[in-house]
Amino acid sequence: MAKMTYIKAITDGLDQVLQDDPKTLIFGEDVGKNGGVFRTTQGLQDKYGEDRVFDTPLAESGILGMSIGLALTGWRPIPEIQFMGFTMEAVDSIGGQMSRNRFRMSGDVSMPITIRTPFGGGTHTAELHGDSLENLFVGIPGLRVVTPANPVDAKGMVISAVENNDPVLFMENLKLYRSMKDDVPDGHYTVPLDKANVVHEGSDITVVAYSAEVNEALKVADKLEKENISVEVIDLRSLSPIDNETIFKSIDKTHKVVIAQEAQKMAGVGAQVASAIAENDIMSLDAPIGRVAAPDSIFPFAMAENDWLPNADDIEEKVREILNY
Amino acid sequence: MAAKSKHVVDFEQIKSTMSEPYKKPVQVIDETGKIVNKELFDRFSDDELVTLMEKMVWERALHEQTMNFSRQGRLGFYAPTYGEEASEMGIAHAMKKQDYLFPAYRDLPQLIQHGATVKEGYLWSKGHYQAYDYVRRGVRAWIPQIIIGAQYVQAAGAALGIKKNDEKDTVAYTFTGDGGTSQGDFYEGINFASSFQAPAVFFVQNNGWAISVPRKTQTAAETLAQKGVASGVPGVQVDGMDILATYLVAKEAREFAAAGNGPALVETLTYRFGAHSSAGDDPSRYRTKEEEKPWFDRDPLIRLRKVLTEKKLWDQDKEDKLVAQYKDEFKEAMKDAEAAPKQKVSDFLTHTFEVPTPDVADEIKKFQAKESK
Repeated sequence: MAKMTYIKAITDGLDQVLQDDPKTLIFGEDVGKNGGVFRTTQGLQDKYGEDRVFDTPLAESGILGMSIGLALTGWRPIPEIQFMGFTMEAVDSIGGQMSRNRFRMSGDVSMPITIRTPFGGGTHTAELHGDSLENLFVGIPGLRVVTPANPVDAKGMVISAVENNDPVLFMENLKLYRSMKDDVPDGHYTVPLDKANVVHEGSDITVVAYSAEVNEALKVADKLEKENISVEVIDLRSLSPIDNETIFKSIDKTHKVVIAQEAQKMAGVGAQVASAIAENDIMSLDAPIGRVAAPDSIFPFAMAENDWLPNADDIEEKVREILNY
Repeated sequence: MAAKSKHVVDFEQIKSTMSEPYKKPVQVIDETGKIVNKELFDRFSDDELVTLMEKMVWERALHEQTMNFSRQGRLGFYAPTYGEEASEMGIAHAMKKQDYLFPAYRDLPQLIQHGATVKEGYLWSKGHYQAYDYVRRGVRAWIPQIIIGAQYVQAAGAALGIKKNDEKDTVAYTFTGDGGTSQGDFYEGINFASSFQAPAVFFVQNNGWAISVPRKTQTAAETLAQKGVASGVPGVQVDGMDILATYLVAKEAREFAAAGNGPALVETLTYRFGAHSSAGDDPSRYRTKEEEKPWFDRDPLIRLRKVLTEKKLWDQDKEDKLVAQYKDEFKEAMKDAEAAPKQKVSDFLTHTFEVPTPDVADEIKKFQAKESK
C-alpha cells in the first residue's frame, strides 16, 4: 500500500501488465523517452525497453489501425491517444474495425486492445484537449468504455482493461491526474469493468455520476449531511455497459435520482441511465429524474471553462429541486 | 554587377521531372503478344507459364459465374474483377502461405488463392458469419475490407507484429485501388510500416476508376508509385495487364520486404473492364467506348494465350474445358453457400463480447427464447 496520485496509479497498473504479460505493448505519441506528455508512461521504456514501449509517427488512425494488425499477430496493444479530441482522427479504427472483429469472426478472434486517452475539462488546455467525447463511443457494440474516478480504481481498472480480450476505451480524467491521492494496493489487483460502485451511502436521494463529477457529487453529499439530508452517490465507472442493477437497487431505496455528467446533455450516458430507469424501474421513483450536464454547446476551452462545466453547485441545486418536488 | 534575377529553387524543373523515375512500367510481353524482354521471359518454365494462364482463366471464369449469380439475385455486394486478372493473379502467385493478406472488397480472387474457399467468398457477399471460417482454419488472411484505407494501416500493424515475432520470410500483403491512394490511411499505413521498417508489401491496383471518378481527379501526381517516396518507401510501376511482369515485380517486392529492408509499394496499371459493383453501377454514365477500346485490346488473357499457343502449350479446347470445370465448381460452391444454416440473432449478440455484458446477456436470453419456438 502506498499513497499515490491517480496518474501514478495508472503508471503503476501499466508497469504491472508490462511485467505480467510479455505480449503487452505500449505505444503512441511521446510515450517513450518523454514518458507521455503527462508522464503517465514515465520510466516504462527504460524498464521494459524500446521493443515494448515506443513512440509512433504522429497519426491517430495509424496508431489504432496498427493496434489491430498487432492484435491479429498475437500482441496485446495498449495504444495511447494523447488527448481524447484526437480520437476523432481514428473513429473508423475504433467503431468500424476493432469493435466489430469478434462479431465478424463469430467470437473466435479477440481484439485485446486498451486505448488510453485523457479527457475532461477544468485544466485550461487547448481546444479539443479536454472535451468529454464518451457520448460518441458508448453506442458502439463490442466496445467497452470505462473511466475511473479515483486512484484505486484507476490502477485496478487499467489492469482489468488490458487483461480483457475485447477493445476497451479507457478514459483518464485530466483534472484528477494530480488532484487526489489515495492508498493504492501494491502489486496485481483488478477492479471489474462493468460494475458501478456506491461511493457514499445515503437514503434520501441517489446521485449517479462518473469521473470528475463523482467528486463534485461527494462534496454535495458531505455538505447536505450537515442538514440531515442523506445522499447516496454512485460512481458508474463503466459507461458501456452501464451497471443498471446497482442504480435500481439504490433508487428502490431512495426513490429519487439525479444523474450528473460533465459531457453535454444530448444523448449519451446520462440519457441512457435515465432511459434504463424509465423503462425498468420508473415506479420506484416519486419525483422526476433530475439531470445535470454541460450545456449543448461546443466545450469552450480555457478562459470560460468553469462558467460552463457542471460542478457541485449545479448538482446541489438539482438535488434540492428533486427533493422538494 | 547586374546579376540576372534567379529563383532560389526551380520548382518548375522539380515538378516536371519528379515523376520520371516512376514512369517505367516493367513489361515482359506486350499487348500484341510480343515478348519485349526475353531475359525476363526466359525465367519462366513452361509449367509456370501454364499455371499463370490457368489462374487467369480461373479468375475470369469466377467473375463470369459470379456475375451470373449476382444477376439471378443470389448474392449481395460483389465487385467485378473483369480485366484485372493479370494484376490480381500475378501478385497472388508471389504470395507465400505464411504471409498475412489484408484484402479489400475487389480482392476475393487473391483471398481464395490464399486459402479461403469460393463458398466463403459467396457467404461474405451474402453477409453470413461462416464466411470467415478461413480465419478459423488458420489461413493468414483478414476480411475483405470495405472502408478503403483501413487495410493499409492494419497491414502495417501486422507487419510490425511479424517483425516483433521474429518470423522469417513472412510479409503482410495489402491491396487498394487508385482511389484508395487518396485516403489518409493509405499514407499512414505506408509511413508507419516504413518508420518501423516492417515487412509489408503495398499494392495499388490502378484500374483507372474509383466508381465514376477518374484516376486524374485523385491526384496531380503523374504516378501512384511515387507516393511511396515521401515516406521512404520505394515504389515501382508495372504493366498490370502482363501477368509475367506483375508476378516478377511482386515477387521481388516481397523478397525486398521479407529481407528486412522495410516496405515496398507496387502500382499495377490495369483497367476495370466492367462496373464498380454489381449494384447498378453503369460505366456508360461516365466513360466512353473510345476510352475502353484500347484497354480491352490489352486484355491480359489475350497476350498470354497468344504466347502459349505459339509455344504449343495452350489451345482453345483446353481453355473451354477448364472454364466449364471451374464453373461447375463455382456452382457447387454456391449450392454449399446456399445450404449454410440460418443465422441467429442470439449468435450475433453472443459474438459481440467475449463475456456478454449484462444488457447483452439479457437480449441473448430473449432471442434464444424466441428462436426455440
